[in-house]
Amino acid sequence: MAAPSSTIMGFVHRRRRGAELFLLVLALIVGIGAYAAVGVGVQGEVPPDILGYGGWLVGLIIGAHVVIRLVAPYADPVLLPVVAALNGLGLAVIHRIDLAKEAAGDADGFAQQQLIWMTLGVGLFLVTLLAIRDHRLLQRFTYTSGLAAIVLLLLPMLPGIGRTINGARIWIHLGPFSFQPGELAKLLLVIAFAGYLVLHRDALALAGRRVLFVDLPRGRDLGPILAMWLVSLGILVFQHDLGSSLLFFGLFLIMLYVATERPGWLVVGGLMFVGGATLAYVLFGHVRIRFDIWQHPFDFYTAEQGGKSFQPVEAKFGMGWGGLIGRGFGDGDPNRVPYANSDFILSSIGEELGLTAVMAVLMMYGLIVERALRTALICRDAFGKLVATGLGTAIALQVFVVVGGVTGLIPLTGLTTPFLSYGGSSLVANWVIIALLLRISDQARRPLPSISDDTTAISSDDTQVVRLGASS
Amino acid sequence: MSELTLFLIRVAYLAILWIFVLSAISVIRSDMFGARVPEAARTGGGKAPKPPKQPKPGKRRSAPTHVLVTEGSNVGERAELAAGPVLIGRGSDAAIRLDDDYVSTRHARIAASGDQWFVEDLGSTNGTFVGTVRITQPTTITMGTQVRVGKTILELRK
Repeated sequence: MAAPSSTIMGFVHRRRRGAELFLLVLALIVGIGAYAAVGVGVQGEVPPDILGYGGWLVGLIIGAHVVIRLVAPYADPVLLPVVAALNGLGLAVIHRIDLAKEAAGDADGFAQQQLIWMTLGVGLFLVTLLAIRDHRLLQRFTYTSGLAAIVLLLLPMLPGIGRTINGARIWIHLGPFSFQPGELAKLLLVIAFAGYLVLHRDALALAGRRVLFVDLPRGRDLGPILAMWLVSLGILVFQHDLGSSLLFFGLFLIMLYVATERPGWLVVGGLMFVGGATLAYVLFGHVRIRFDIWQHPFDFYTAEQGGKSFQPVEAKFGMGWGGLIGRGFGDGDPNRVPYANSDFILSSIGEELGLTAVMAVLMMYGLIVERALRTALICRDAFGKLVATGLGTAIALQVFVVVGGVTGLIPLTGLTTPFLSYGGSSLVANWVIIALLLRISDQARRPLPSISDDTTAISSDDTQVVRLGASS
Repeated sequence: MSELTLFLIRVAYLAILWIFVLSAISVIRSDMFGARVPEAARTGGGKAPKPPKQPKPGKRRSAPTHVLVTEGSNVGERAELAAGPVLIGRGSDAAIRLDDDYVSTRHARIAASGDQWFVEDLGSTNGTFVGTVRITQPTTITMGTQVRVGKTILELRK
């Protein structure tokens, strides 16, 4: 991690708030346009509440924009619009699936709930931006957040509030609300890993013995973080939450690699992954089933065959039927896929808007990850670099795991599609992640402050002269 | 609603989606190179910086040439600024090697930007202080500003 300050100096990022506003207008057109298109396609008319709905979205997003202008003027201009567009599109698709379910006789109103969650998410996004004026403050909470993450992961195991839904015990219920604490734990673990690795990366990279091409660090350097990681991973495996275990495993590995600059970790991690996956295949029945479904989806499709692969196979039918430009809103049957509005929302998009839209959505995720890694590159402090890398990696891995699962590239493991899927905890946690990324990018892109204006201000032609002489 | 209208709506929507993605990419593209602004205006920040205060003509201060240790166990040690960024720490690669237990291996760095000199903490354990303030960001220093690392005090000198 070479400090880039020598290239940053003499180079200043613009604020780009105007560009952000322009992109936000486009993003709102994407979101509200999708809602209108759903109304026209399914019910034959523009929905009567489009003004109220659109106004609500505009209010939320423009509110977020104004707050960014005030408290993070140098923040990245692309992140918020991309997230707003994804969230708007997700809302419209969830609404579309609601309408289909309504026609089939069971109304749910998931879109309504998702809008409430989005409001809460944007609220927390603003609170994060306002409360955390400097991301380096978070470094003080390295162990606190690590502990908090483990506690959050353990919460669903408590008998009173924990719930098992679809075989995974990852939910807590508090009154009318249900929440997946693992989503928030993801964010806290990134902060914990980053805080720890910043302090210990030199020791991790340099001290230790060399075993088979890999420099193994000393136990006392690696111990605490290894424990933190193994505990969270163990909890997830115990809760049958395959997707999250995969996410946390990859997240830790990549952060370790970025912090120590040792490619050997990737080799070790890869071997550990193969070993762990084989072990899980042998030990756990549900892992074996997932693997078999992935290999031979059509052998488990019909009810006589158990119907275990009904969901992924229907999703593939849907995407195949959608083709290049999709059936159009209202002409597909996305509700044939169970959980079409959460894990399988991408197959609904593929069915009604086609490959063209799926590629656009994947591009948007790519942009989020690119902006996160870019922030990590230009960030001036190591902690910010690692947090930005970790958050970007978390989103990248999550999208890979869920999209790979839906499209059949890798075995299916349940995870939400960030910002698109129905799911309050995921949406709220992801909005907070974006707020943190914006805060780090604001710090990274802000020009260096000067503490002594009056003595150092000099005219620009003087600057030129000295610059030739003094700077490298 | 006719089949054709629905088809047009669908294609229009896909077009909007891609127009959004491509505009986002073009914003990133134009952002990649940032903006080069005059060094003096840069520290003022903002798109329309206040015109920098003009120094009195003929009273140009001469630039510092070296960093000098003025207090601590290595008093008198110095490093030339012309050679580029000056690394301060206990490590062997530091331009100013300090035998000070309170200094980290790679503790701080003094680097130039135009006519200004900055001191930047490199994630040291005990921090770098300009005056009495622990710095969290690269901070401008002028000749005679006391920079404290561990038990050592450094200054820019002519």
